[in-house]
Parts: sequence; C-alpha cells; structure tokens
Amino acid sequence: MDLKDLYRDVIVDHNRHPRNFGKLEPADVHADGHNPLCGDRLTVYANLKGEHITDVKFEGTGCAISVASASLLTEAVKGKTRSEVKELFDDVHALLTQHDASVDPARLGKLAALSGVREFPARVKCASLCWHTLNAALERAAEPVTTE
Amino acid sequence: MNAAVTAPRSATTLDVAAIRRDFPILHQAVNGKPLVYLDNAASSQRPKSVIEAISRYYEHDHANVHRGVHTLSQRATDAYEGARETIRRFINARDTKEIVFVRGTTEAVNLVAQSFARPRFQPGDEILISALEHHANIVPWQLLREQIGAVLKVIPINEQGEVDFIEFQKLIGPRTRLLALAHVSNALGTIVPVEKFIKVARQHGVPVLLDGAQAIPHTPVDVQALGCDFYCFSSHKMLGPTGMGVLYGKRELLEAMPPWQGGGDMILSVSFEKTTFNQLPWKFEAGTPHIAGAIGLATAIDYLEKIGMDRIAAYEHELLEYATERLSQVPGLRIVGTAPDKAAVVSFMLDGIHPHDIGTILDTEGVAIRTGHHCAMPVMEFFKIPATARASMSFYNTREEIDRLVAALEHTRQVLG
Ligand SMILES: Cc1ncc(COP(=O)(O)O)c(C=O)c1O
Repeated sequence: MDLKDLYRDVIVDHNRHPRNFGKLEPADVHADGHNPLCGDRLTVYANLKGEHITDVKFEGTGCAISVASASLLTEAVKGKTRSEVKELFDDVHALLTQHDASVDPARLGKLAALSGVREFPARVKCASLCWHTLNAALERAAEPVTTE
Repeated sequence: MNAAVTAPRSATTLDVAAIRRDFPILHQAVNGKPLVYLDNAASSQRPKSVIEAISRYYEHDHANVHRGVHTLSQRATDAYEGARETIRRFINARDTKEIVFVRGTTEAVNLVAQSFARPRFQPGDEILISALEHHANIVPWQLLREQIGAVLKVIPINEQGEVDFIEFQKLIGPRTRLLALAHVSNALGTIVPVEKFIKVARQHGVPVLLDGAQAIPHTPVDVQALGCDFYCFSSHKMLGPTGMGVLYGKRELLEAMPPWQGGGDMILSVSFEKTTFNQLPWKFEAGTPHIAGAIGLATAIDYLEKIGMDRIAAYEHELLEYATERLSQVPGLRIVGTAPDKAAVVSFMLDGIHPHDIGTILDTEGVAIRTGHHCAMPVMEFFKIPATARASMSFYNTREEIDRLVAALEHTRQVLG
C-alpha cells in the first residue's frame, strides 16, 4: 500500500485546482450526489446536444479523491456521447475495483491516475461518486443519489 | 475532569508500560509501522483477562441460563447473574433489579423510548435532547414522534461545544416529559455538567435519561449521586465485548414499564389465555441472553477497578492536555470542540485537507483515528463542516503515541498541503 499510488501528482493537482468547477447555467440536466459516510457532496451539471455532452461542470465539497475524480471526469466526458460515457464508466469502475482489470490505459487517458484507489477499498466510493452522479443526471433522475 | 472526581493523583502512579502488555492487539505493525490506536471513542480494545474470561467460559462453563438443574447451567447462571452484581456495584445502583442487559447504548435508549415513553406520553408531550447527541439518542425519539405525535425539542450548543444551560432552562416546561442527554459527547469530547441539568429537571418533575456511552469508560459514574432515572452504556467502549450493554433504570420506573419484547426467560408462566411476566430485570431480557458478553463486561470492570477510575480519569486528562497542546502547534490545525471540561477526545480540521484524506494517510503511518461525522450529523451541521478527524485516547495510550500522531499529520501536510 503506497500512498504515492493513491495521491499521484495528477490527483493532487486536480484536487488543488479542480477543472470545470462551478455551476453550469443554464444546465440541461444536473444531479446531486452524497456519500453519507464521509460527507462528500457533489452536484454534476451537463448540457446535451442530441446524444453528445457538450458541456459539464461540477461543484461541491469532498476529499481529495472525490474532487480530483470529479475534475478528471469533467475533462474526460466532454464531447462524448452517452453510450461512450457509459463505456468509460464501466472502464473506470473496473479500474477502481478489479486487480486484473483489462482496461486499455490509452482509452482511459488521465483517468488511469485513479488506479491506485483499488488498494484502498475504503476510498473506492469517493472516486466513483461523481460517476454515479453524472449517470443520475443523464437519466435526469430528480432524486439525489447516494453511494449507500 | 468531573466535579465528582477527587483530586487527581499524579499520572506517574499509572504504569502504562505494564498496562500495555495486557492488551495483545496493541503489539502489532500496521502498514509496516507500530500501531497507534487512537479510535477508542468508536470502540476500545480488550485486555487479555477479558479475552481469556470469555474463552474460559466457553471452554468450561457454558450452558443456557435460568433453565437447567444441571451443573453447567448453574455455573453459567451464577456467572451471568454475578456479572450483574459487578455492574450494579460499579455504577452504585441500589439493586441488581435495576441492571438490564441489552445489546448496547442504542438498544437501551430504544427500550426506554418504546417501553417507558410510548405507553404513557401523549401527543404534544415534549422530549428534550441536546444538539450534541449521537444518533442513538436522536433517532429513537424521532421514531416515537412518528408513533405517538410527541414533540422533540433540542437544546442548542455554543461554539465551544457546550450545551446551553440558559436555553435549557427556557425550553423545559409543563409539557416536557423526558430529558435525554449525553453525559459526554462522542464527537467533541465535551463533558456535560449533567448534575445541574438533572437538578432543574427534578424541580420540574421531569425524568432524566443519560447516554453514558462515552462517559463510563473514562470517569467514575455513580447513578445514585447523579440522580438520573436511566443510564445507558455499551460494553465495547469500556474494554468489554461487543453486542453487550446496560440499561440502568430506577426500580419504580422499570417496575411500571411493560416488557418490550416477548419470549422465553421474560415470563413466569404462559398459557394461551394468559402469560405472567417475570420479575425485574428478566422481564426485559427475552430470549437467551449474551451470557459470555455479560461475563466479559464484568471482567472488564474488574480490570478498570483494579487500576481505579479516578486514576484513569486523571491520566487521560493529562494526555488530553498534552495532545491539545501538541496538536495546536500543527500549522493549519483547528480543534473543533473546546469546552473547558472535556474527555480525552480531540476533533480537528486541517486547513484545506479533507478529514477522509487525513484518515487514509495516517493509516499508512500506522495511526488509527476516526474520520467522518461520528454519528452526530447535527453537530457537524452546527459547525458547518462535513466531517472532522478525531483522535480519542484511552489510558493505554502514551505521549509518544501523540507525538506519532503529530508527526503523521505533518506528513499529511507534505503529501497534500
Ligand atoms: C455518545 C454515544 N451514544 C451512543 C452510542 C451508540 O453506542 P452503540 O453503538 O454501542 O449502541 C455511541 C457509540 O458510538 C456514543 O458514542
């Protein structure tokens, strides 16, 4: 268990300077995510054109992993279609939870920096909260999602 | 540390090195570093004597209680009821009938809510709690509110984390039917001066329940001197096994309460027409109880008494002062909960670093603390924070361990600062 695997430079940087942070106004869809265990709260906003995500932002408070993960998410999904986002989420989920995940690092890009999280099972929910929240937004779910 | 505690003896009378040898779990490396266990408010560790008492019971004496005429059943019954007497003496209850075994503080509070309050409170009757409470002393009353239309009133706290006595005096009134108060706050460590709250409650004829989960491991408790009507605590926070706890209740009150669960052991006779309930305390102990749990708890109490609760309180207070001073020197660290009278709990925030990250980084340094809302979300809301990091100490902790905590926090600042 190496701390440097968890808090990679990319993660520390995105925590310190989150990208696409703030409210998206107006936003076509948004959803709130809450991790009651650690009190992380995120709101993810997105604008859509047909199947494409044209813009995405987030705001909220959370630990370094959840903030960095959300920041990386916004960079990764902008311009993608819903089904591409779904595939990406599956890849990220595999990366976070499976040791033998056969995920192509090239497909993940910077998101690969999250691979250290799987050594810290207590933190997987922190990294996945923003993805669940984006999913909820895309499904236009009105209910806040939680990781519980 | 508590008004009832006599002048603290010097901590040098506590042989912490010898005490630590009694706790096998403390002697291990976690993530390659010697374990520093500072999560005692969540659950304490157990001395060898407790672990051995439980094994010995299962190896030699186990059978069901209150049932058989055979030798093992008699032994198990003697040990189980003997444990009740140990607990009675420890908290200075008048009678073993006043000691009800439950699963823990949570169950004790629920028992009082369902068996004491529910049958006799009317819609609009008020239950008074404080803003410091653990969810275990909030949610049972909210359930009751749903069930019978009772009203829950909350005594506010101040920036130091003290329960506001002036506001309390304004809130208590003709409709108040119960005051349910934490003796010591788990999230902040505040020792609530319950004596003066109880005095006012008495003047209004209001019964008082104390949540003693965090008080009883760290300070002498005398339920008669306190004058409370109910006192609830958990075994696992005071060196005993999990799944075990105690509800102390004044006999007159318990006598008047209906059983809250039905089954074996809580009855004298059963026919399909009529069942006669057993006497106190068994009336509240339906089914086969946690016999080993009671024995383990009594053994834990023997251990605590051998050291002396007043000496434990004095030593932990010195540790608290040391920890408070050392932690205050960490740049960017802010202590949450600064009441003058505190148990050995330090809740804190580190500038720009989320408590969850602190917890993970400390763990890689072998330091175990709790991070989160500590089952006291209203406390977090009051301070407008999502969570805190919390170091909670026991008498087996040392100054060197506090130094390790401080060093690990410096390291945290380097990793994420
Ligand atoms: C003040 C307080 N009350 C109640 C409880 C609940 O105790 P248990 O979970 O053992 O029932 C705790 C434990 O965290 C506590 O600290």
